[in-house]
Formats: sequence, structure tokens, C-alpha cells
Amino acid sequence: MTPFEVLVQQLATGLSNGMIIALLALGYTMVYGIVELINFAHGDLFMLGTFLALTLVGVLGLDKAGASPEATVGTMALLFVVVPAFCAGLNWGVDRLAYKPIRSAPRLAPLVAAIGVSFVFVNLGQFWGGLPMDVFGGGRAAAAPKNFPALVSNANLLENLGISTAVRFTWRDLLVWGTTLPLMIGLTAFVRYTRLGKAMRATAQNPVAAQLMGIDTNRVIGATFLIGGALGGFAAVIYPLFNPTIYFQLGYRTGMDAFTAAVLGGIGNLPGAVLGGILIGLIRALSDQYIETRWTNSIVFGILVLIIVFRPSGLLGARTREKV
Amino acid sequence: MTFPPILPYNRASRRPSRRTTLRTFIAPFALAVLLATGAACSKKSGDPSVIKLVSSLPRTGSANAQTTTIVNGIRMAIAEVGGKVGEFTIVYEDWDDASPQRGNWDAAIEAANADRAIKDADVMVYLGTYNSGAAKVAIPKLNQAGLAMISPANTAVGLTKPGKGEANEPEIYRPTGTINYFRVVPADDLQGAVGAEWAKKLGAGKVFVLHDRELYGKGIADIFKQRAVELGLEIVGYEGTDAKASNYKALATKIKATGCSLVYFGGTTQSNAGQLAKDLRAGGFDGMFMVPDGCFEKAFIDSAGAENLNDKTYVTFGGVPASRLTGKGADFYRAYTERYKSEPEVYAVYGYEAAKVALDAIARAGKKDRAAIIAAIAATRDFEGALGRWSFDENGDTTMRTMSGQIVRGGDFQLLEILGGTE
Repeated sequence: MTPFEVLVQQLATGLSNGMIIALLALGYTMVYGIVELINFAHGDLFMLGTFLALTLVGVLGLDKAGASPEATVGTMALLFVVVPAFCAGLNWGVDRLAYKPIRSAPRLAPLVAAIGVSFVFVNLGQFWGGLPMDVFGGGRAAAAPKNFPALVSNANLLENLGISTAVRFTWRDLLVWGTTLPLMIGLTAFVRYTRLGKAMRATAQNPVAAQLMGIDTNRVIGATFLIGGALGGFAAVIYPLFNPTIYFQLGYRTGMDAFTAAVLGGIGNLPGAVLGGILIGLIRALSDQYIETRWTNSIVFGILVLIIVFRPSGLLGARTREKV
Repeated sequence: MTFPPILPYNRASRRPSRRTTLRTFIAPFALAVLLATGAACSKKSGDPSVIKLVSSLPRTGSANAQTTTIVNGIRMAIAEVGGKVGEFTIVYEDWDDASPQRGNWDAAIEAANADRAIKDADVMVYLGTYNSGAAKVAIPKLNQAGLAMISPANTAVGLTKPGKGEANEPEIYRPTGTINYFRVVPADDLQGAVGAEWAKKLGAGKVFVLHDRELYGKGIADIFKQRAVELGLEIVGYEGTDAKASNYKALATKIKATGCSLVYFGGTTQSNAGQLAKDLRAGGFDGMFMVPDGCFEKAFIDSAGAENLNDKTYVTFGGVPASRLTGKGADFYRAYTERYKSEPEVYAVYGYEAAKVALDAIARAGKKDRAAIIAAIAATRDFEGALGRWSFDENGDTTMRTMSGQIVRGGDFQLLEILGGTE
């Protein structure tokens, strides 16, 4: 590999990683934008989504060798419907059960509730991983990392296209790009052009005034949790197809990256979350290559600190309302 | 869990209602009552005819499969003597030193376990720990209390061997100057070095060395690297990885660009060896991948996916797999599979051996006295155990030197060759 090829490869890797982070960051930033709650359970919701995806793969027998391409495509289509629906429903349910009753309580109460929900999810994940299924290693070690079968080919697309280079851009990268970009564009269009999107923006700006204008803010908040959860669900399908190892603490680290991305881009700001996610992905890849892996975390969080110091509202955040 | 950078300033919370005021008074009172009853329950010195063994191992988290078989091994050793040594009844307790938050051993819990063992006057031997990092916490505490500790799994060199770890090791673990810590498993100075020798034998030229930045992983990788340089292998990279990273694609690109023929990873299944193996393969690296015994468990193959490991993955282990043991070891294997209807993981026999040697020392000491039992353990010579005939040396290390090299084939570990050899 020439140094230039290495650079291109790292940029591609960084973009792919960053887009998954961005998808999750959207879930954080949307909820924060509307109810000013940092939903700490979001990363763990995502983790439960990956477990559901693996369970479905196991139930449908796709972990065994020799599954037909039609069955693989069918299962993936199913995953892209069931897992986001599950995450959306669960996120909505959690809002109903845990956050809604304390909506008017001091700000810290929902925050603590979110931390509690996160613990519940992590433990559910650990229990889930102990189910006696082949995909969970027979349930022998509940907490051990689980292998996610490689449903998407790792073949190099550039090679298929006849481009002779050592850079690898695989079907998996294409899957990540091909799923996250439309979702991001769709979300932006939704928030900008639909009635519900308008209601969301109004609620985010001032919930009381929105209510006075006849907006059912509870419905809007519910919808926000639904959409945020669904985005987390899409991430939960893409992630294991791209990084085929899942474990019950996955939500902590991935959620931390996504939360950092949301803050970096300006929490509450949708394009900001995407920008933050992609930046983190790129910084990680470049730091791994040109500095050293062990410094990567320090660099990511160091940059976060710098940005927070010089631009307290994040890169794209311009909102001035008081935040938690 | 991250807390937001700024805590909210909230007016509502400044005016506590009467109910909360009442609760704030009741809560500490209730807590005090709870503590008092709790204290009343814990015995001071207990029954003079009871000797307690406790084990402190990570039972929560991905080491669970491994530690379950260690605990099984310990239980089997005690059951074999009918739960009695001379006039003493042997009671065994299985303690967890992991926390769900970490999914791995936790220094705070390990410290609490050590304190709990020290306070319980019935506890004569502390079996543990699994992780070398946890041992660093427990040994000095138990040393000051004069309580014997036997580890079935710690392999970090500095825990016992002077001049091989950090400058202040192992003295820092022995504040009283006496030795209370023993281990039945050979230390990493041998495993890392044997790994390097094996890598050369397998025809490796350029080697990329990775470690998980933990005591065990870094320790073994450092020794591997040192020995590899002595043997004339070219080290093209040496890096600490992030055990919680979502993938290692960037690192894999970097490794591939160096054109190395072997990647050595000093780490464990818990520090994400599975994902690393996948990303190395996915990134187009098709050379050899070598790991130490922290990955010598089924969970590693499960998490990496057999297709990413088969025929290219080499695993060193500071002993011989239970199914290949001979003599008493074969008896152990037969009895274990009969009793538990499952295969022992590799450390099971060390759990069994640690308990056996503890029971043997208690019998030789003949009294319920921590100092006498430490002396008896230290005096263990030519012990005929499941691992063969071995002794404890002056540092508390086993004299066993046999190692084995496995290859992953058809989704399982296969013994490839016996490495090292007895001294």
C-alpha cells in the first residue's frame, strides 16, 4: 500500500465508522432538542436492538453455513423492519413509563431515570446473551462477546469495478453509506417539511407556547422518541453487519461516542450530530494510523474539550436557551 | 454513563416538602438498623472445627465460563476428601470479584473481598485471583493479615519474580517481608518467551505486537517482543489497543501496510480479541495471528467466528489441555467430565490443583492457624498433583515448566506441540 492509499483507506474507514456514530447521535440530539433530556439509555437501547437482530438471525437459521442468497436478503429486509420497529416501540414505551410521569419534575429526575433505564437495559442484554441459542454460544457465557454471522460480503467493490488499488471499499461500507445517508436526508426533510416536523420544531423552541398554539406536545414528544428509537434500531442492524461482534456493554461505549458527537456538533442540532459523528469517525481512524491507537481516546476527548471551551454550544449549535 | 458537564440549578429543589424532610430523617435511621442487624449476623471467629476456603474470581462477565470450571475444580477437590481434613470440616465459598458495570474484575470489589476474608477468622486460604491486576490489589492486604493466597490463574511476572517486573516488584506486594502468595500456573516470562520462540519456528519474519494495555496483556506482549528481538525477528510495530473499540479496521489497515507475517496480541477474549481477529482478516491480512492463554477458551472462537481463526491462529498456554493430561491429570479429567457432564475449560485443573495443595497444606499443618498453613504451603515439595510432580520455589512459583501450543482448526483448539519443557 502506498502512503496515499493508506490515507484514502483510513478516510473511508473513518467515514463508515462515523456514519454509524452519527445515526446514534441523532437519537440523542433529537430527544435533547425536544425535552432537554440526555437519554442515557439510548446506547443501551441500540445494544438491545443488536441482540434482537442476532436472535432473529439465529431463529431463521442464517448462522449456519449454506444459506441461500435469497434467504439472506430476505432476512436483512426483515431485520430492517423489525429491529427499528422494536427500538422505536421500546423507546416510546420507556418515555411513557419512565420519563413522562416526571416530565415536570426537576431536570435531574428524568436524567436519573434515564440512567436507571440504562442499567435495566444492560442487565436485560446480559440475560438475553445467556439464552441457550447457538448464536449466543449456547448460552454458556452470557456476557461473552457474540459473533454476528457475516451476512454481507466483505468483497472489495473497487476490485469488482476493475479499479486496481490496494484500497478496500467493501459491500459492508456500501451498506453503511447506503443506509445512513437516505435516513439522514429523510429525517432532515421530515423535520423541515411535514406538519409533525413543524410541531417538533415548535415544541423544541418553546413547549408552553407550542401548547398554547394547539400543539399536543405529549404526542410530539412521543413521536420524537419513536423516531429517535427507530434511528437507533437502524444503527442496531447496520452496526453488527459492519462490526460483527456484539456484547451486552456495547451500548456504553458506542453511546458515549454518539453522545460526544452530539455535543461536538451542538446538542439539539440535527446536522451538528451528523457532522460530530463523522468527525469522530475520521479523527479515530487518522489517529489510529498516524499517532497510536492508545492515544485515540485522549485525542477525541481532547478535541471535544477544546471545542467546548471555544464554542460552548458546539460546532453548529447556535441556540441560546439554557441547557442542562 | 457520563454525567452532563453542568448540573442544573433548580429552584424547586431548594424548598423541600415536609414529606421529604421526614424521609431524610427516617432513611439514615433505617439504614443504621439494617447495618446493625447485618453486623450482628456476621460471626467473629466461628466454629473451631471449621476451616473455610474462599475463592475470589470474576463470576460476572465473559470470564464466567472459565471461572465456573475453576470453581467446579475447587469443589471437586474438596468433595474428594469428603469435605474433611483431619478433625476440620472444610467449608468453601465462591466469591465474585467482578462488577456488572465493568463486566470484568473490579478493583473495589476485589479489595472488599480481601477485607472480608481477613475479617472472617475461619478463612484460612484465599483462592484467587483470576486476573493479575486483581492480585495486585489483594496480595498486599492478605500479606499484612498473614493469610495464604493461592492463585489458579495469575501469570503476571512481577507478582512473584524479583527483577523481572517493575523495579519495586514483588516487594511492594509483601509489606511484611514474608511470602503469602503462591501460584500453581507458570508465569508469563515463560509464556511470552515461548511464544516468540514458537513464532520463529513457524517461520515468522516481520512481527507486529499488540497488547490490550492490561497488566496481563502488556506484560506478556513485552516479554514476547523482548525475546523476539533476541531471536532476530523484526518488530514492525508495537501498540496498545482500545479494548472497547467498536472495530479495529483502521489498525488493521496500518498493520497490513507494514507487510508483517505475524500479529501477536497480548490480551484476552474480554479485551476484544475476537473483533480484532475479524478486522485483521477483513482488512486483508492473511498472515499468522498468535495469542496467549487469555484467549484459550471456547468463548474466543465463538466471538471471533471460526472462519476468521481457522488454520492461521496460534494459541500458547502455560500448561497442557486437561484432555491431554496423563496420570493423575487423566483421572481428574475423567472425574470432572463424569461429575459435571461438561468439558473443563483450561483453568479448571488449576482450580483443582490450587484447592488440592491448600488441603494438603492444612493436613500437614494440622491446626487452624494462618501462619502455620502459610508455612505448610511454602514447604510443598514434589507434590503429586493432576499437573504432574512439582514444588513451590522460594518465590511462591510452581516449578512446572510445560507449555503447549494450540492451533485453531475446524472451529476448535488442537494441540499442535508441547513447548518449553521442565527445568
